[in-house]
Formats: sequence, structure tokens, C-alpha cells
Amino acid sequence: MSLTRDQVKHVAELAKLRLTETEVDLFQEQLSAILEHAARLDELDTDNIPPTATVLPLRNVMRPDQVQPSFPRQAMLQNAPAVQEHCIKVKAVLESE
Amino acid sequence: MVMTTNVDALTASQASTRLAQGDISSLELTRAVLDRIAQIDGQIQAYLTVMAEQALVQAKEADRRRAQEGDQASPLLGVPIAIKDVICVPGAPTTCGSRILEHFESPYAATVIEKLCAAGLVIVGKTNTDEFAMGSSTENSAYFTTRNPWDLERVPGGSSGGSAAAVSAGMAPLALGSDTGGSVRQPAALCGGVGLKPTYGRVSRYGLVAFASSLDQIGPFARDVRSTAMLLSVIAGHDPRDSTSMPRPVPDYTQALRADLHGVRVGVPQEYTVEGLQPAVSDAVQKAIAQLQDLGAEIREVHLPHTPYALPTYYLIAPAECSANLARYDGIRYGLSTPDAPDIWEVYRQTRGSGLGPEVKRRVMLGTYALSAGYYDAFYLKAQKVRTLIRQDFDRAFEQVDVIVGPTTPTTAFKIGEKADDPLQMYLSDVFTLSCNLAGICGISIPCGFAEGLPIGLQIQGPAFGEERILHVAYAYEQATGWHKSRPQISKEHDR
Repeated sequence: MSLTRDQVKHVAELAKLRLTETEVDLFQEQLSAILEHAARLDELDTDNIPPTATVLPLRNVMRPDQVQPSFPRQAMLQNAPAVQEHCIKVKAVLESE
Repeated sequence: MVMTTNVDALTASQASTRLAQGDISSLELTRAVLDRIAQIDGQIQAYLTVMAEQALVQAKEADRRRAQEGDQASPLLGVPIAIKDVICVPGAPTTCGSRILEHFESPYAATVIEKLCAAGLVIVGKTNTDEFAMGSSTENSAYFTTRNPWDLERVPGGSSGGSAAAVSAGMAPLALGSDTGGSVRQPAALCGGVGLKPTYGRVSRYGLVAFASSLDQIGPFARDVRSTAMLLSVIAGHDPRDSTSMPRPVPDYTQALRADLHGVRVGVPQEYTVEGLQPAVSDAVQKAIAQLQDLGAEIREVHLPHTPYALPTYYLIAPAECSANLARYDGIRYGLSTPDAPDIWEVYRQTRGSGLGPEVKRRVMLGTYALSAGYYDAFYLKAQKVRTLIRQDFDRAFEQVDVIVGPTTPTTAFKIGEKADDPLQMYLSDVFTLSCNLAGICGISIPCGFAEGLPIGLQIQGPAFGEERILHVAYAYEQATGWHKSRPQISKEHDR
């Protein structure tokens, strides 16, 4: 299982990670080695085995739909890099021509 | 008066007794712990943040409460504790060992922190960790590498290496860590302490910064089994804010501590003899098994045939969950941000590219790949199916035995830098601890000897909600052997 440089760059873009060229080389090598190790799982026949997403017997935990106090707005904004009029400030999301 | 001289050797359970008897105050005890930190943490580097001022306030409050509550005081009232820096404590940064959260202060407390405060424990600081708890040595911390108190050239293990080293070096009688693939048990083994990974769902994860949500659990560190049981009793329990916490009553875990093992069936899996297992570790574990038999336990061979597949299974599932969880570090709501980026996409790319370290990037990449179109079935779904097989191994084994014992780690503490450039080699140091998280069961590591002056850990695993069983066996072994009484010698000459 060997990854190409282009695959590494594609995955980095999916993950929104800016990588240096050195990192691309490094991850190409290291991720290939890890995936090769992971290919050992193909030795096992799992056609009729259900997947485990959680070990718990709990499903769809519900609570009463009641209004409860929440955190003060100021406390929730204290770590935001940019705040304007009690809102988190972000760059334009929708392009305008 | 006695305290300042031997605070490094005192267990939390002993501290509890002395506090109750009025021999010492929480203020004296807390001051002694802070002094010890000031004297030796320059060498060990277990703490990212020392919360001296707040700790002294909490200690005074604990003394006031004791005067008021008397015999009704909770057992750990006034006992100092260190907190791994992936658990949210207001009033101090929660960095997760990452640059991306360097200046982040949580506006709320984790449920475990609320429970500690209600029980009157004194929080002395935040401990070093591999970045976002991803690692086995603390070398992935963006700040510094913690040293093993038994040998300063060696790693303390990880990711909760700061907590393990702090407890081992006498810089806190108790600590909390988090365990996703061994991150409490492995550093406990390497530092010669006790560390317990509770059953998935036993302890609330609310306020634990998420790494892999189906595997993460907060767990206690202590110098002996009794103190571990006491701390577990404080932090366990259902939490409406964590829908994966189980609505089950919490026993007083110290009631399970008995010295006799008659009627206990101990399973020894063949599969835990692997290539790379250090002979001295293997010998110590064999002796420990013989000792358990001497104490009355019945030893049975068990089979966990899918053990060799735990590592690749874990290194698909944990990175997949990590890649989803860490998507939140986008430079918008909190944490590092790159304001000069031209557009929002560049804010994301640059913030994450500059704020996350190599191991975190590696796992985000691996997980993104395993979840991406065309590879999901081959990697992620396949791993989830093998996870079922690993769980079934344990289900079958626990039909025949009460606990399963083996080594916690294949080797004693390795040298700093030894495995830093080879991620697969580093991952192998968790080979005995990963399957416990995949199966969602509980496990504890306790000291079982030394090899060339370095501690060896014995792992005792139990079924889901079998904490009383593993604590019982751990306690019986500990009382019969006394390995936990050995403490590292740390010179106080090199002050910060």
C-alpha cells in the first residue's frame, strides 16, 4: 500500500492542512508504511461480522425537552480570535464578484 | 512537621488518614507539594502550569470544610491532585500540549473537575502531555519532553507522561490522565506508579478535550491501589452532559480491596508473548503470575486470537475519529488563528498547518484518508469489524476467567529520541494496552519489579464494569509484594 505525492496533497486539502514539501515527502513515506501494516487486517474474513461503532448498549439517549440555563455569551466569546458586536467575526464565506 | 520531609513518599490514602487525624492540614500538605515542585520540576518538567495561588486558596477552604464537617468530610478532602492538560479547568490554560491552544482558557470545568472540587481535592496544576494525547512518550508535546523520574535520559511514557511523572516524583500524590490506547496505563508502568483505565462509560468525558470519542476515558493515577480506588470513587458516575456515560451506581471501590485471592480465576493469554518483549519484563510478569497463584488465585490459559490485529485496528479507528474531532481547530471560535490569510479557506489551512504538530497532522491525515471516498470500506469499516472480533475474544475469555493479566508494556522506559523518528515503533509500545480500549473494558497497571533500575508494569484487565475485580487482584498483589513502596531518588540540587 503506497501513497503517491498527489494523494498525500489531496488528503491534506480534505483535512485543510497546509503542508510543506518536506512534510509531503515525510507523510508519503510514513503513511504508506502505516497503511501497509494496516493491510494485515485483510487476512481476516469479516464478511459476516457487524462493525462496532460503540461498545455501549446505549442507543439514542434522550432528555426532556426543557429550557435550561446556558453559558453566558461573554464567556463563550472570550477565546474567539475576532469578535464584533457580540458575534464571532469571520472572513467572507460566500464569494461576491 | 513530618510532612515536609517525606511528602514525596506519602500516598493519598495515608494523607487522607493524617488529615482526618489532624496530624497535618491541607495547607501544609499543599505547600509541601508546591515546594517539591519548585525544587525538582526543573529537572522532570511534569507540569505545564502550576496553579500555586489557587491551590493554596483551595487548601485553606478544605481545612475550613474539615473543621466544619469533621467525620462527615469526604475521604480525599484537602488532598492535592495534578490534572492532565487535556481536561478543562477554568482559571488556567488548557493547552492539550498544542500550540493551537496555547492561550486557550476553558470557560467551563470538566465534570471530573466539578466532582474533585465537590470532594474538596486541591488542584495543584496541569501536566504535560503528548499533543492532544497522541503519543507514548510526551515527546509530541509542543512545549517540552517530560523526564522519567527513574532516569532523566528516558521518557516517562505517554501520553499522560506528566501526570505519571508528577505522582512518581512526589510532586502530587494523585493525578488524572486520559487513556485512549494506553495513555494512563503505559506511563504508570514506565514511571512505577498505579494507573487505571475505567470501563468506557464509567467516567464522564464532558470537558475532556476529545481525541477518539469511542475510546477516550479519564483515569486516575496514584502511588498505591487504595488511593487509586478512592479517586475512582470520586470521579466515576453518570453525567447527563455525556450521553455515553452509563447510568450505573458507583460503589465505594475501596470495599473491593481484599488481600486474599481464593476463588479468583486469573487468565493468562498466550498471545501476550510477542516478539520484542524484553526478557526482564517477561520474567517479572511470570513471577507476578506465580505470586497471584500463591495468594490463592487459579491460573488459567486463555486465548485472545485477534490480539495481533489490535494495533492496525486501533491505528485506523483512532485517527479516523481524531480527524473528525480535530476539525474544530479552524482558527474561528477559539485557539490560534492566522488573521493575515486572504480568505477563509486559507485561515483554515494556515491555522491548522502552523498550529498542529507532526504527530497530530500524521493522524489527521491517516484518519482523513481512512474515511475518504473509496477507502472507507477497505480501511475504516474493516477496522470496525475487526474491533467486533477483538471484543468477542474478551467476551469469551471473561466467560472463563475473572481477570486477564500480562505485561503493560513490552519494554521498560526507552531513551528520549530513541523512537521519535519512527511512528510505527512508537505505536508498538502500546501493543498490550490498545485492545482494552477497543473492547471498552477496564484495565490497571501496577508495579511488579525493576529491570536495571527501571520499573516494570503488570497489567490486570477486567470485563466492562469489572473495576472492583481488577482493584481486588491489584491490591492483593501489591500488599504481598510492596514494589509500590520504591521511590526514585531525585537530587534537589538543580533548582529551576
